[in-house]
Amino acid sequence: MSAALFLGALGLGAAGSLAGAALPPRARGGVAALLTAGACTAAFAAAARVLASGVTVTASSAQILPLTGATLSLDPLGAVFVITAAVVGAAASCYAVGYAARGGGSRAATGLLPLFVTSLLLVPAAASITTFMAAWELMALSSLLLLLTGHRRREARDAAQWYAVMTHAGAAAILLALVLLGAHAGGQSFAAIQAHAGGIPPAVRSLAFVLALAGFGSKAGAVPLHVWLPRAHPEAPGPVSALMSGAMVNLGVYGIVRTGDGLLGGGELWWWLAVAGLGVASALFGGIHAAASADLKRLLAYSTVDNMGLVLTGVGAAGALAVTGHRVPAALAMIAALFQLVNHSAFKGCLFLAAGSVQRAAGTRDLDSLGGLLRRLPVTTTLFGIGALSICALPPFSGFASEWLLLQGFLRGFTAHGAATATALLAGVAALALTGGLTAAAFVKAFGIGFLGQPRTPSAAAAGEVGPAMLAGTAMLAVPCLVLGVVPGAVVPLLARAAGTALGRPVAGGAVPDPLRAGASLAIAGSTDVIQPALLAAVLLAGLVLAWGLVRLRARAGAERGHRARRAEAWGCGRELQTARMQYTATSFAEPLQRVFDDVLRPDRDLDVSHLAESRYFEQAVTYRSRIDDAVERGAYRPLIAGVRRWGEVARRAQNGSVHRYLAYGFAALVILLVVLA
Amino acid sequence: MSASLLASAGVSAIQLGAAVAGGPLLYGLMAKVRARAEGRAGAPVRQPLLDLWKLLGKERIHAGYSSVVLPLAPLVLIASTAAAVVIAPLVSTGPALGRTSDAFVMVFLLLLGSVAVALAGLDAGTAFGGMGASRAMTIGALAEPALLVALLALSIQAGTSNLPGIVSATLAHPGWVATPERVLALAALVIVVLAEAGRIPVDNPSTHLELTMIHEAMILEYAGPELALVTLGGMMRLGLLLSLLSNLFFPWGIAAMGSIPRLVLGLTVLAAKTGAIAGVIAVAEVSAAKLRLFRVPEILSAAFVLSVLAVVTGLVLP
Repeated sequence: MSAALFLGALGLGAAGSLAGAALPPRARGGVAALLTAGACTAAFAAAARVLASGVTVTASSAQILPLTGATLSLDPLGAVFVITAAVVGAAASCYAVGYAARGGGSRAATGLLPLFVTSLLLVPAAASITTFMAAWELMALSSLLLLLTGHRRREARDAAQWYAVMTHAGAAAILLALVLLGAHAGGQSFAAIQAHAGGIPPAVRSLAFVLALAGFGSKAGAVPLHVWLPRAHPEAPGPVSALMSGAMVNLGVYGIVRTGDGLLGGGELWWWLAVAGLGVASALFGGIHAAASADLKRLLAYSTVDNMGLVLTGVGAAGALAVTGHRVPAALAMIAALFQLVNHSAFKGCLFLAAGSVQRAAGTRDLDSLGGLLRRLPVTTTLFGIGALSICALPPFSGFASEWLLLQGFLRGFTAHGAATATALLAGVAALALTGGLTAAAFVKAFGIGFLGQPRTPSAAAAGEVGPAMLAGTAMLAVPCLVLGVVPGAVVPLLARAAGTALGRPVAGGAVPDPLRAGASLAIAGSTDVIQPALLAAVLLAGLVLAWGLVRLRARAGAERGHRARRAEAWGCGRELQTARMQYTATSFAEPLQRVFDDVLRPDRDLDVSHLAESRYFEQAVTYRSRIDDAVERGAYRPLIAGVRRWGEVARRAQNGSVHRYLAYGFAALVILLVVLA
Repeated sequence: MSASLLASAGVSAIQLGAAVAGGPLLYGLMAKVRARAEGRAGAPVRQPLLDLWKLLGKERIHAGYSSVVLPLAPLVLIASTAAAVVIAPLVSTGPALGRTSDAFVMVFLLLLGSVAVALAGLDAGTAFGGMGASRAMTIGALAEPALLVALLALSIQAGTSNLPGIVSATLAHPGWVATPERVLALAALVIVVLAEAGRIPVDNPSTHLELTMIHEAMILEYAGPELALVTLGGMMRLGLLLSLLSNLFFPWGIAAMGSIPRLVLGLTVLAAKTGAIAGVIAVAEVSAAKLRLFRVPEILSAAFVLSVLAVVTGLVLP
């Protein structure tokens, strides 16, 4: 039943892709979106059944892929990723109808989007090397082409180039890792590799894991392999960037968990310390850049690096604790990481869709040119606000519950003695705490500068609310932000099952006791630590109403005054003139933090002062430019690219296009070959 | 069951009342001590309460371009602070919902109030509001790691992050007061509390020069009842932070369960402890100057290092 549903979902997705490419322009957007939404619903249902029952379903076909056939298998771990991809996919395809309506949806865009969504559903279900790599490449290529639908802009072309190189280098590393394992295990299905993993020499296992970590880590945006992410995610069209940040990066984490915990069955301590180290670096680097960024979508992209860093820290801690035999805290950390990942999909998808609406409505995503959108786009602003509160981990929104669980996972881990693990955990807590504050600063900036105050440009002042399809798509992802925050108990037991699968042994009801009890509250087993988010939400709401009542009561007692507030000029040191240019900008808002983290950000600053001709004591004009490039890109990738280019120049000298020379090369090669072989 | 539920609800009500009345009184006390130390008579200790009551009765005025965020933010600040006060172990270790009184939850509740006020600072679209919000979020971002890691050090020692649990564990092990990790965590938390409450050397609550303001710049556009709420919220936060500081490190006097004489004793001891700390801070403030804004990150990173050292010491020493 589940298998049929899932295969039906894939079929619907393919049909959506065909419809999007072949139907006439008027019908194609709607029909493709409907079919994609159907595919997501069916995949959601299939994955939910797998997760609820804990039973893995498999399907295979000898016909689909030549030589090897395709093998699909959906277990509880994969089901979590299918569900997140399905929810984000449904929201994005609904949103895409409205997004394309005014911009004119091209045949390529409407045809490729369903294909991208389908590939996102397919990757977590692939159960053999060939199926996995085919699905992985389908995902990479369809997203690359979607990114290139904006090929008229230079930035989009640049981003696509970075993305193409990074994703294919990553795919090569993954392929190498899987082929190494397959060759030693004597079979290409994941089940065969898992069964024979114990017999593979340790050096090969470690090599395969490192290769897989590089490949999957790059997809998950792990520093220093993240460079494509802050370029590609902002440049992609609205629904595509939501799918990339909300669903595609997750699959990088999936790959690491599947290879390390699943196929290789745990492995060595240092693997997981490396994962946690990558996570800490990504979290800090992403958090600092998000706090400093003045471009709305670039800020969101760096915040994805930050959040994936937190998830990887959790996965690393879980792996390290599991390897050292501390199974209960390991399960807790894994559940927390998965919960953070699911929440991230919801709030980051919601934020990217809302940012796409802003870009569509105001024609820019530069925060310094926005402002006052609350009046112009009230619904989009509210939805962005829900996503922002959620990502800042503020109670009672969803990020709060998962970050608390992550902190508890780290805290429980400290009981496990071991200097290396304890150091990793401490670094994890420190990274979580620092990025918590930085995220709050980044999103106060994004919301306060972009949506509050006065519009800074005429185009921001003229922006109008986007259409119902876009609002509905964004709202579909805003609702889980609130629901998962107030009743986390609804999903956490399911995540516990997935974490059990990930760590290779049943946690719930098995030999290992359940690490937490989840119902109306989240309670850590064996301790007094508990949160009751629904109760907390009720207390907050009661406080809000009481404080409001207090103001009202006293205002009524204060006699004849009207209930409406009077409008007055804002304080400007006595000057009765307030212009939009006097407001703080995103750049000035971020300046103190930028100064604190100068060593990480290394901004380019340029100050030009020109004086009046009459006297140099009077300034005529002051120009200030500040630009923050990715320090990793500048420090590590630029020299690499320059080196490759230099080698290319050297190699070019050998190739001048003359046929005689090539004939000479051929002859020389033949002679050398004969000498060597003789 | 219902009797204990009633008792814990009573504890929470007392704590809320104590915070609403005690926060402003603490503020008045600090102003009084400062005035005396500077050789002035100073306003009566109850002056902040009178001011707040007067402000509550005034007309509501909103600045030119402000939206719904401006009137909503004080309500969120009050609600989040009140929620923290209701569940924290202040007068007794058994407040209502005390089970949910987690150290990390407290941090996120405080952050909710800070974010609300910072957004309100940006809402009117003025230069000063943005300046204040930017500075406050910078300081908040740097104070939060120190706060969380210091609380982690206490949680590791007590084996729980439940605040009443930490307080009870300290009562059961009096020797903990002088352990190195406690001393280091205390030093870190003192710095963080000064930063979060906006006191010298991080911020000067009594400044009148806009360019030097942090918290005051954010709330510059508030008037009347909303100014009363946002000020009250800040004062309640100060009271909460000082009470938590005293109860986490020196919990003696706190009532275990809710019999009325014990609660009265708990309230009196709490007032004495926080009053004493407030007095010390006030005296120290007279002789200290506010730090330059760009020196503040240095003391906050010092606090962070202290808190990390607290965790490391706790793990290394038996």
